[in-house]
Amino acid sequence: MRKSLLLITLSSLASAAGPPVPARIEFNRDVRPILSDNCFYCHGPDKGHREGDLRLDLRDEALKAGAITPRKAADSELVNRILTDDEDDLMPPPDSHKKLTPRQKEILQKWIEQGASYQQHWSYEKPVKAAIPAGRNPIDHLVQKRLAEIGLRPSPQADARTLVRRLHFDLLGLPPKPSDMATWSDLSGKKYDELVSTLMKSPHYGERMAVAWLDQVRYADTIGYHSDNPHNVWPYRDYVIRSFNTNKRFDRFTIEQIAGDLMPGANQETRVGSAFNRLLLSTEEGGAQAKDYEQRMLTDRVRAIGNAWMGQTTGCAQCHDHKFDPITMRDFYQLGAFFADIKEPILGRREPGMMVLDAEGEKKQADISGRLAALQAEFARPRPELAAAQSAWERKALEAVMSNGAWLPLKPLTATSLKKNVNLKADKDGIVRGVIDKKRDERKQNDGTDTYMITARLPKGATGIRLDALKEKSPGIGLASNGNFALSEATLTVARNQKQEKLPVLLASATFEQRGFPAKNTIDGISDQKLNGWAVLGATGADQSLYLELASPHDDEKAVVTFTLSFAHDGNHEIASLRLSATTARPPVRAPDIALPDREVAAILRTPADKRSDPQRKKLAEAYRQIAPELAALRTKLAMTEKEKADFEAAAPKCIVSVSDTSKRTVRILPRGNWMDESGEVVKAALPGYLPKPKVEGRDLTRLDLAQWLVSKDNPLTARNVMNRLWKQFFGTGLSKVLDDLGAQGEPPVNPALLDWLACEFMDSGWDLQHMIRLIVTSHAYRQVSTSTRELTAADPYNRECARQSAFRLDAELVRDNALSIAGLLVPKVGGPSVKPYQPEKYWENLNFPTREWQNDSGEGLYRRGLYTWWQRTFLHPSLLAFDAPSREECTAERNRSNIPQQALVLLNDPTYVEAARTFAARILTECNNDNAGRIEWAVQQALQRQPTAEESKTLSMLYNRQLADYQKEPAAAEALLKTGATPVSPGLNKPELAAMTHVARVLLNLHETITRS
Amino acid sequence: MKAESFQLQDALNRRIFLRNSASVAGAAALGQLMGAPAFPNHAPRARRIIYLFQSGAPSQMDLFDPKPQMAKHRGQDLPESIRQGQRLTTMTSGQKSFPVAPSMFKFARHGRSGMELSELIPGIGGVADEICLIRSMFTEAINHDPAITFCQTGSQLAGRPSIGAWLSYGLGSLNRDLPAYVVMTSFGTGRRDDQPLYDRLWGSGFLPTQHQGVRFRNSGDPVLYLSNPAGVDRGMRRQMLDELAVLNEKDFQKFGDPETSARVAQYEMAFRMQTSVPDLVDISREPRHVLDMYGPDVSRPGTYAANCLLARRLAERDVRCIQLFHMGWDHHGGLPNAIRGQCQDTDRATAALIRDLGQRGLLDDTLVVWGGEFGRTIYSQGTLTETNYGRDHHPRCYSLFLAGAGVKKGHVHGETDDYSYNIVRDGVHVHDLNATLLHLLGIHHERLNFKYQGLDMRLTGVAGNLVKGILA
Repeated sequence: MRKSLLLITLSSLASAAGPPVPARIEFNRDVRPILSDNCFYCHGPDKGHREGDLRLDLRDEALKAGAITPRKAADSELVNRILTDDEDDLMPPPDSHKKLTPRQKEILQKWIEQGASYQQHWSYEKPVKAAIPAGRNPIDHLVQKRLAEIGLRPSPQADARTLVRRLHFDLLGLPPKPSDMATWSDLSGKKYDELVSTLMKSPHYGERMAVAWLDQVRYADTIGYHSDNPHNVWPYRDYVIRSFNTNKRFDRFTIEQIAGDLMPGANQETRVGSAFNRLLLSTEEGGAQAKDYEQRMLTDRVRAIGNAWMGQTTGCAQCHDHKFDPITMRDFYQLGAFFADIKEPILGRREPGMMVLDAEGEKKQADISGRLAALQAEFARPRPELAAAQSAWERKALEAVMSNGAWLPLKPLTATSLKKNVNLKADKDGIVRGVIDKKRDERKQNDGTDTYMITARLPKGATGIRLDALKEKSPGIGLASNGNFALSEATLTVARNQKQEKLPVLLASATFEQRGFPAKNTIDGISDQKLNGWAVLGATGADQSLYLELASPHDDEKAVVTFTLSFAHDGNHEIASLRLSATTARPPVRAPDIALPDREVAAILRTPADKRSDPQRKKLAEAYRQIAPELAALRTKLAMTEKEKADFEAAAPKCIVSVSDTSKRTVRILPRGNWMDESGEVVKAALPGYLPKPKVEGRDLTRLDLAQWLVSKDNPLTARNVMNRLWKQFFGTGLSKVLDDLGAQGEPPVNPALLDWLACEFMDSGWDLQHMIRLIVTSHAYRQVSTSTRELTAADPYNRECARQSAFRLDAELVRDNALSIAGLLVPKVGGPSVKPYQPEKYWENLNFPTREWQNDSGEGLYRRGLYTWWQRTFLHPSLLAFDAPSREECTAERNRSNIPQQALVLLNDPTYVEAARTFAARILTECNNDNAGRIEWAVQQALQRQPTAEESKTLSMLYNRQLADYQKEPAAAEALLKTGATPVSPGLNKPELAAMTHVARVLLNLHETITRS
Repeated sequence: MKAESFQLQDALNRRIFLRNSASVAGAAALGQLMGAPAFPNHAPRARRIIYLFQSGAPSQMDLFDPKPQMAKHRGQDLPESIRQGQRLTTMTSGQKSFPVAPSMFKFARHGRSGMELSELIPGIGGVADEICLIRSMFTEAINHDPAITFCQTGSQLAGRPSIGAWLSYGLGSLNRDLPAYVVMTSFGTGRRDDQPLYDRLWGSGFLPTQHQGVRFRNSGDPVLYLSNPAGVDRGMRRQMLDELAVLNEKDFQKFGDPETSARVAQYEMAFRMQTSVPDLVDISREPRHVLDMYGPDVSRPGTYAANCLLARRLAERDVRCIQLFHMGWDHHGGLPNAIRGQCQDTDRATAALIRDLGQRGLLDDTLVVWGGEFGRTIYSQGTLTETNYGRDHHPRCYSLFLAGAGVKKGHVHGETDDYSYNIVRDGVHVHDLNATLLHLLGIHHERLNFKYQGLDMRLTGVAGNLVKGILA
């Protein structure tokens, strides 16, 4: 569209008729775009929408129908229809709002006159590697060959400063430091290649390369739909960075992402790669229907494969055969079926995912596991020395069991938790069970404490209450990570006269008391002290009970009694499962000094000792080990180590990855894409019918087959697609401009031989990306100046032919990186969890389920590179958004490159940039010991890596002096400005001077030149 | 030849410059200069649109679509002849029965037109003769996220341009100092913990970024990063911008990159916004009687009423597309109370906006739209009691109204069956509505397109019919 607009401008200004119609018409270059855009919609591959039974995308069909008579334009119906004045016959029909230009009509006629030869669409043909004369850079050979054909000459090489800056931005995304400029001031001989090699070895190279790939695979920190909650994927981002840094071959990179779990020798690295399959949007919306989202997820994945690897708009074939390309609906759903094995919830919260450990983490994990195993073995070993103590316990335990009959279990009426950090439920068996709420970490009121409210009726004459904490789960009877709990207070109230009246408790006792946490703490009236409660560490492996003796027998069996159980010890020291009972036996009500055994152990105890089986004996010994005073120290150690393991696992990085399920989802062709219509044929995974593919028989295809096919040498698309996008990174525009569509509606490459050569070389090199990048950046084409001449602008206004380099604004993340780097604030750490730099308050106020508040990081999290910023799909960080970063709801091959007022507001007022300016100013004042002119020169060197012109120096000096005068008059204003951001102001600096220099720094950081790679 | 090249360079610069400035002409409108298809396609009836989006889906049978016949079916199961096997959300699909819950609220006739409206919205009743009520809207999605995305972008898929972005792209801006598309949000008192909103609802999708809606904020800077840093006053900012411009200008002279000039212009626009936006949101000089008309909430920034008043002020300043999102209409349970809260928030201010625009002559060329993303079920979600019921999502019919430029006044379009469950006459699909909105703004919806992924993408997908029955 850009081009056609310009052509029209040209013709209106100079009455030139656009580029002349070529002498020899070439179908793919000249004709297909016209037919595709104007005719294929009704006369193309989609049989469901075909008009007049005519296809123009196949030569035989077009000839048979009489639309085209080769070499006889006048006899061809197609020509008659495009030239006629009769609106009823005219093609394209007026109601399509499509209209052929005179030039297009001429091309079609000339093409028929020349024989109407067709070509297969260019991107479906195998790429052909042109022969290159020995000793020539192939890229320069092919670029210049094309330039010679159209009468243009390449531009001269840019100066060293421009090249060093260009290479830094293109390969690292960071500006060179003045010291780099000194090192690389001379790029003659081998020095240029050395510079390239040095940069490609930097850990920041992988970060730079990751930016575009993360767009293509729609990587983000949140699920995208509705509640837009987080999902754990950042290890995948680091995987991408690492893959580029280690120059992982692109074929392997591909296979790991699509089928890393299915590869022979799958390991943590390949599995994390397979997180690619999980990056799609998912929903937690209440009321969502599974089939609906099953279909959305399938189509999302097919679009992603089409976009990221094939350069095909596969999404068009969801509801009908593709109208322009030969992709059928069957192809679409068969591609989707490759992913039917992925284990995942269709609706709701994603699982936390696989633990991802680095070398240090693995060491730590091995250490903990080793210690734990040793303790467990020690704990489990036979202990004949305890036999006597055990039989004493058995007797007492049996007594306790026998007297337990006097206890009547209560039936809880309701059970709720006050803070909802624990989800509490009274189950039918009378047991109240609590589960830590998964979303608790996102809620503000979560301090790791909670209070249980349970209601029940007591039998008439009740004298005592027993509360059993039951061992149902690991690690113990409490919810804390060491299996412990701490009950701060237990009160009983009953509603009387519209007031809650307390039932006094005389005495509390328990079957076990942790040292310092006796049972009596539960009735001392203190409910909010962390260290004042009843706890059981050392005996968390068995049921433990609290006995409460009532001051007087309870007389009202109809009254609803509320049990309020407070747990004030943070870290979720609540009871996991509990049962309440009451007794009417005469007081005193006291806990036996042993825990009441569970039902199974009680049954064994009732069995006479000589009738017990071996497993029963073993069970008894185990039960005793759980409470034996002799083992208390060991048990505590075990519990602490179990807690250490649980804490380690909870804190370890996690990533949702691909796991193959043996039962696959059924995939049907959905008529018109309608998921409610289940009449369509069930399909299995298969590769698209229109592209070459291997024959596989006797088994179903898997994701591994898909991945291997994408990077097989017979696949004509992948290598071209990757090279086309790579070209854009280094020249500003792809060789085929429409990066996400190498199909009929895209653009044939301006230099097909070059794209083909790059694709072939890429495959021949073993998919070696760094090899290709080195070839590109060492070419003369890359090293040219980006300035244009009038002649060049006239002939090639958008620099598609590369007779020069291009200048373009840095990508959103790099705008940030550049400013932080110049300011000296950038924290160059690679990888890790996403970070949260300054974001305006309440920017997330419209998010819900749950509501959230962005908490700025502190310390280094504020100064990391842009690609580490938390990527919230529904509300992307506004500074990234302003500079065209995509939301990553869909795969994005090409970002807009806009120039809008919000960018000015961000660079001027976002605290990140104000802080960068004042920190830069502090550097200017402290690191450069010179007069103001000298300092300004130094500052320009830092920001732009060049000398200022005399005029620039003068302008900036004037600005400094004027602002200085203002701030000297108003030191409070200087003070205020310097408060922006978390970095402290160095106390030795004169504040008005620093504030004035901050303005110089702001000008430098806001310059178009500063944020432009040229 | 040389002279021509000069002109070419100039034209190119100007074109790139214009493409990048969010000013005056939209990119598509610019096509006019270049001979490409241009907008408006026909004389527009409306110059601008104020779209009052009611997020969460207001209940049509409690507000706009009276069904007195339902009283005698109270508590009875929804007949299968009405439900016709329709899919339900998983929130009620497990329910054992679907008891008909007649609206608790009384309906009365209003104005000369005699339009029947609920007692919940007396204010809107007072302007009944100005509005055109559609009782036969329908949509394709049954859950909030896809449905609201569909209304706003014509697609359930995330990432397509929103209606305001399309308008900005097609028609450009009428104001040099403000964005072409402004969005404001407010929370409902009916249900504070309600459906979220997303940036994509006012996003530019694949259109150039300058067309994205600019969200005015309820606290802090009305536009993100609008204020100078502390310790920098306007004079200092001006000085700094002047120096910046000088340096950028030098860069332009040296390299001739038209993006440089465009950037200078953007800094100027940002500078103007620093005055124009605070001026816009400063309502201190609004007369008392005007403030009173909008109700007491008007003086609390961030409320629906305050946003309605700002909408009028934006319309006065010729902002092309003004959109409000009021949250809190998703009433699965406790509907009677919740909807009272929502109406308290919105009824008076909506009516005031329509009157206010009318009194200033702005209603003649401003189109006002009021509506949500789908309707609600006649059957009760959860238990039906004397004073309480809830309603689940219902895409098969809902109500929406328009007022102002180019639409019939005091008119009701379309009709639903006795259960407000199916449309019996003149159904209006979301695509039809959007096609009609574009039409009123002078655009043929099939001609406003943008090539993306090989297709001529439109707001209306491959559908959309003009709803002639509502045109004045």
